[in-house]
Amino acid sequence: MHNDSRKIADEIILRSGVNPRRCMKCGKCSGTCPAYEEMEYHPHEFVYMVESGEVEPLLNSKSLYMCLSCFACVDRCPRGVEPAKLVEAVRNAYLRQQDNKHMNADDVPAKLDDDLPQQAIVSAFRKYRK
Amino acid sequence: MKVSYFPGCTLKNKAKILDVYARRCAEVLGVTLEEIDNWQCCGGVFTSKDEPGSKLSSVRALKFAFEKSQPLVSVCSACHNVLKQTNHLMQSDEAFCTKVNRYMAEDSAYDGSTQVYHYLELLRDVVGFDKIREAVVNPLKGRKIAPYYGCLLLRPSSVMQMDDPENPTIFEDLLRALGAEVVVSSMRNECCGGYVTMEKPEFAKKKSLDITSNMQAMGADMIATACPLCKYNLDKNSDAIPTVYFTELLAEALGVKEECDNA
Amino acid sequence: MQRIGVFVCWCGSNIAGTVDVQAVSEALKTEPGVVFFTNYQYMCSQAGQDIIIDAVKEHNLTGIVVCSCSPRMHEATFRKTAAAAGLNPYMVEIANIREQCSWVHKDMASGTEKAIILGKAAIAKVNLNAPLTPGESPVTKRALVIGGGIAGIQTALDIADAGFPVDIVETKPTIGGKMAQLDKTFPTLDCAACILTPKMVDVAQNDKIRIFSYSEVQEIKGFVGNFDVTIKKKARFVKEEICTGCGACVEKCPMKKIPNEFNLGMDNRRAIYIPFAQAVPKVATIDPSACNMLKNGKCGVCSKVCTAGAIDYTQKDEFINEKYGAIVVATGFNPISMDKFDEYAYNQSKDVITSLEFERLTNAAGPTQGKLLRPSDLEHPHTIVFVQCVGSRCAACAEKGKEYCSKICCMYTAKHAMLVRDKYPDTEVYVFYIDVRTPGKNFDEFYRRAVEEYGVKYIKGMVGKVTPEGNKLKVRASDLIAGKQLNIDADLVVLAVAIEPDKSARPLATMLTASMDTNDFFTEAHPKLRPVESPTAGVFLSGACQGPKDIPETVSQASAAASKVIGLLVKDKLKGNPCIASANELMCNGCSTCANVCPYGAITYIDKEFPMFDRTMQTRRVAQVNPAVCQGCGACTVACMSGAMDLRGFASSQIIAEVDAICR
Repeated sequence: MHNDSRKIADEIILRSGVNPRRCMKCGKCSGTCPAYEEMEYHPHEFVYMVESGEVEPLLNSKSLYMCLSCFACVDRCPRGVEPAKLVEAVRNAYLRQQDNKHMNADDVPAKLDDDLPQQAIVSAFRKYRK
Repeated sequence: MKVSYFPGCTLKNKAKILDVYARRCAEVLGVTLEEIDNWQCCGGVFTSKDEPGSKLSSVRALKFAFEKSQPLVSVCSACHNVLKQTNHLMQSDEAFCTKVNRYMAEDSAYDGSTQVYHYLELLRDVVGFDKIREAVVNPLKGRKIAPYYGCLLLRPSSVMQMDDPENPTIFEDLLRALGAEVVVSSMRNECCGGYVTMEKPEFAKKKSLDITSNMQAMGADMIATACPLCKYNLDKNSDAIPTVYFTELLAEALGVKEECDNA
Repeated sequence: MQRIGVFVCWCGSNIAGTVDVQAVSEALKTEPGVVFFTNYQYMCSQAGQDIIIDAVKEHNLTGIVVCSCSPRMHEATFRKTAAAAGLNPYMVEIANIREQCSWVHKDMASGTEKAIILGKAAIAKVNLNAPLTPGESPVTKRALVIGGGIAGIQTALDIADAGFPVDIVETKPTIGGKMAQLDKTFPTLDCAACILTPKMVDVAQNDKIRIFSYSEVQEIKGFVGNFDVTIKKKARFVKEEICTGCGACVEKCPMKKIPNEFNLGMDNRRAIYIPFAQAVPKVATIDPSACNMLKNGKCGVCSKVCTAGAIDYTQKDEFINEKYGAIVVATGFNPISMDKFDEYAYNQSKDVITSLEFERLTNAAGPTQGKLLRPSDLEHPHTIVFVQCVGSRCAACAEKGKEYCSKICCMYTAKHAMLVRDKYPDTEVYVFYIDVRTPGKNFDEFYRRAVEEYGVKYIKGMVGKVTPEGNKLKVRASDLIAGKQLNIDADLVVLAVAIEPDKSARPLATMLTASMDTNDFFTEAHPKLRPVESPTAGVFLSGACQGPKDIPETVSQASAAASKVIGLLVKDKLKGNPCIASANELMCNGCSTCANVCPYGAITYIDKEFPMFDRTMQTRRVAQVNPAVCQGCGACTVACMSGAMDLRGFASSQIIAEVDAICR
């Protein structure tokens, strides 16, 4: 199991192009993250857990869908680690497994109101499904 | 001058007026926005680079502009972000570029050489704010406006290269050219809650209120934005201060707002 | 043909443990030129050296090969031995069969084989050795110190104390540097001015020291012992020797709104000004960009009120030429620009300040007379957030921050936090840190006092965003230990900004042909063993121009640099290294390639006449090596396309002979 986890973590590192070893654990990403309170695992924890191969909890965490992809952590990281890209890669690692998705098309109409721009629906769909 | 124009799906639906103002104002300033043929949705969000499939519509649009030797302009922040980031990958990532060109299997390959402008950049770098200042017939005197960039226009800054990502001035400079009094809020580059508004509206509300209350506290009586989703979040969640598209303010200052509203 | 003696050292068991020394000396005896061979337990001992001296005499040796340790260790020893035996010291070659052989091999067979090969190479080389004599050059007994901060001051005082004249060149109107701007100094909290200004006065009163303030180094020529320097004394429009520093002109100057550099722009000065009360020299300076009289001829108030008649609106820049034996670089540091870090809102709020600005705000001679008031509304701040490592340890992109640790910030932030809590106990003080780095005597104890006695709240985590709102600064940060995101409403945010070398350092390094690292810090000759010398002979390093340093360290290094300078200046003549480059003028085509690669600026070109076959003369441009400047690095010999450059003692023919011997 641990080996599997390590393999997934390495795949995530490879696909994201992020090198978590560059992280100096300053916490600036989590200090600047606007979605911090909605997340169970925070940007610096994503970096740390992927580095140490502990990805199972991340794959099953709702935190994946709370990241706004606002890239504040990417731009402000003093080491150029790019945590948001890592979150994205973990999310993809989950969604690409068979039958995994975070939202059904049937659930969408109930979430709409008259003003919601199309942009939000496409974005959410891109982020929540394969 | 003529430029290729990528309106995007939201500007054809919920944000029609953003499109109408943008086209008309460009005409006033001597630029024609030529909508590209058969464009498809940009995808709304730029996902990771190992998903070339989701970037094909952007590449088609970029290639279309390239073949007409025109820059590619968009108004929607999200479209611009996706187009710009995709174009950057086409320029800088050989593997990605090759893969995409093989997918498309067209007669000629595309290498990322199209110039991608956000409408704001078109105004600053092509038209020039001085020229806009001269074209203003109806200065926005006494209006205290806080520009709101959101995240998509500025980040990732290494790719977007629009302005200083932490203390940008392009939006402020435009509003000043239009005669407005600009209110600078450092929340102008913080996220409104984005697409998560669909799933967690209360969370988006909190994020939006953080922004609108700061802008209000700094003395603004109006917020200007380029992004339909930002406008949705900020407007929906704050009764105290309205959020408008920057193109509306531009149309007003250039004296073509009414004409657009009635179109 | 040389007559060579081979001496194989056992180095106790260091060599003999893995190399069969008897076999080595036997194997080498048949090499060309070898007329004597032996081995001994410790060649470097007196008994060992005597073996060499006796053998030279007995066998009329002309060359010596010692198979022993690294030449770094004992080459000098054996050269002295050779000299004692009447041989030219450069007829000695060392085969390093210890560090490069016995220590890295495990079995006797391969160790012995390699030792024999190394011995053969050394013999092949010594066969081609020729006696060399080092050149001599005189020493100008005067030192130049560039930079008048605490580093330059200490260096100058120490050199002058040894009896040598010293000139200090300082770009600002006064010496004193950054230390003059500080309030208290860690870890003892004595006031910076109280310990610095007496030293400034010492400098002013020392008849061996001249101060060129408001001056810059314009040009440097020459080499160790013989530098030829042009100093530009910028026009200050005040006759320095007449001005009494009374300040009447300053009081009456009508241009009152010029940002005061000394207080980092937090208050204003006049167009004519004296930077601070204890300035040295205490003379006024007119800022030509602000003075009405200089800009459009309208004013002249200062001239009218000056009873000494010191004002001179027609003063021009003055150029001074002087010769120096040694140059000390003490150009210091500056905080980096905060323009690329506006997530901390430095450019958006007056109440976000740098630590150096904080020093001025707490300094009795500062813009608030030492009362801690925030710049925007002069109210007392009740919540202060200190942010460490702003721009330090930053590897995101080169234009933004600095990859190194700025070293001084942890301590001065602890000092600031402690002083605030001491003077204003009603103030909440937070320090956000990544690591607290306090190596230094009484440093960690000092930081712990800030926490334990003064109740400063140290939080492991970084500030991610500062948002001005009303009269508050909303600080969003992470607390990594509590696993929380914190939101603090602060009144003042203080950024511990990374430091970088002064911008004048890079052009100065070019003038000095002294090397720098990628961060523009001067490189030392050896990072551990020669830390205050530049690799360029005669150029020494003092203070933060070499790397971030606090005051105690700067002063130590300043004194060390002074002692090195004194060691140079006491010599009447300098013996050079004879292993230097020289050009074969017949082969040189004057292409300048060697001059371009020379890191020491040792190569110049002359036009020289050469006789031709038809008895006419032809003038050609050929390279000339200044033997006093050349350090023998060999870069030119590799770069020379016509093979005209060669290094004495390391000629290409000698190197090739060594390689041949190894490959044979």
